[in-house]
Amino acid sequence: MAVKKFVPVIAKFEKDGKIIPMKILWEDGREFDIDFIFDIRPRSSLKVGGQGTRYLCRIKNKDVYVYYEKPKWFVEGKEH
Amino acid sequence: MIEWGEEMDRVILHSDMNSFYAAVECLYNPEIREKPVAVGGNPEKRHGIILAKNEKAKKAGVKTGEALWQAMGKCPGLIIVPPNYERYLRYSKLSRQIYNRYSDQVEPYGLDESWVDCTNSVKIHGSGEEIARKISAEIKDELGVTVSIGVSWNKIFAKYGSDYKKPDAITVITRDNYRKIVWEQEAGDLLYVGRSTKKKLLKYGIYTIGQLAESNLDFLVHVFGKMGVVLWRFANGLDDSPVKSFDEHYNGNERLIKSIGNSITTPRDLTNLKDVKIIIYMLTESVAMRLRETGCYCQTVAIHVRNKELHSFTRQMKLQKPSDLTNEIARAAIDLFVRNYDFSSDIRSMGVRVTDLIPDSTPIQLDLFGNEELRVRQARLDDTVDGLKKRFGNLAVRRAVTIDDPMGCLDAKKDHVIYPISYF
Repeated sequence: MAVKKFVPVIAKFEKDGKIIPMKILWEDGREFDIDFIFDIRPRSSLKVGGQGTRYLCRIKNKDVYVYYEKPKWFVEGKEH
Repeated sequence: MIEWGEEMDRVILHSDMNSFYAAVECLYNPEIREKPVAVGGNPEKRHGIILAKNEKAKKAGVKTGEALWQAMGKCPGLIIVPPNYERYLRYSKLSRQIYNRYSDQVEPYGLDESWVDCTNSVKIHGSGEEIARKISAEIKDELGVTVSIGVSWNKIFAKYGSDYKKPDAITVITRDNYRKIVWEQEAGDLLYVGRSTKKKLLKYGIYTIGQLAESNLDFLVHVFGKMGVVLWRFANGLDDSPVKSFDEHYNGNERLIKSIGNSITTPRDLTNLKDVKIIIYMLTESVAMRLRETGCYCQTVAIHVRNKELHSFTRQMKLQKPSDLTNEIARAAIDLFVRNYDFSSDIRSMGVRVTDLIPDSTPIQLDLFGNEELRVRQARLDDTVDGLKKRFGNLAVRRAVTIDDPMGCLDAKKDHVIYPISYF
């Protein structure tokens, strides 16, 4: 089952107030650059339980949803 | 085609979020989603009743308002989660933002219900039913909960429609089908027909909404007074009250505030005047602070008392002059209490409410013999205390009377919850 994984994010605040995530910092010290954002919209995450602005991001050639649930960021992580 | 001068029917939606509290909890806790779930108050604080339940719990017979132990008896596997009001407030706001995409006339009725007047947006967004579909889909995708929507030409039938089919449904009530959908149902299903009105109607052989609609108006006025006219108009779909537009930046769910009140079921029964004073002061602190925040004076103070046998009464009195002073309001409330209760039974819950509000810019007649200087000083003290509470929390400054008792730590203002305001 997927788990809600809160992650530190480095983000850019645009002039018009838009917030664009640039990089996700993983707990083991790895950093993942967000190469491209395809889609930004408000969405709920039924998988892990949450609601916020959902960014569809391309990270290392994989499409990943990153959620901004004010004031925290989360991803739909795998359980270890 | 509608000609000039011909009046077009309004297009009104009433949207009701299904099992709101329970749905939000189920969204945030995927592991309990497939189980019977109820949101319940804290039994230790004696708030142990069911506030909301999901479909599975509903099927097992769990009812809103019953005690947790009763619910557990009916549904042994029931998962009870504590409420999370901040989350519900946020969801309520998000849902209104979605309605606002289709109309600026959005009138909330409690946290989970809203009327949306789409009369002026049908040309942009499509018919009432299409708009309902769009809203329903957006709420499901963006918020992860479902809504029931009623579409009609008046607020009463729209609300009726949202209750007609649940969950996740749309009911359109038109001038062609209302006799079939609304009129055949029990009169008790109509807004403002409660238990006792229903009983009275039954006494006169009025069982359905249709029978109510076809009753003689004079007869209804004779039995119910002016409410008779209201009910008759409701039943006939003649209600023309507007959907009030709602200012998001203005004090929660209320627009035109008619009264401000707080009530509490105390952690233990109140057995003497000292206990009651603690609670009255605690409630009044919150009520008076909210009164000052809204920039109003009150002219009437009311108290509500419920004893442990669950008998309750309300008493109210006019103040000598309009006031927003905590002390004056509390004293009036205590006075009311002393004059009306003899402690024949211990008290389970209490409420303090102020009504007859006027703007605090209204000039007030001073009197020669009263101590106006003291009132001004009191007002300054209240302002200072409000400031401290805003900065350091509502329990930062407390009355000495509340200090010894654990009940003094209750925070009525923070725990304040919004209920549906009256329809009128």
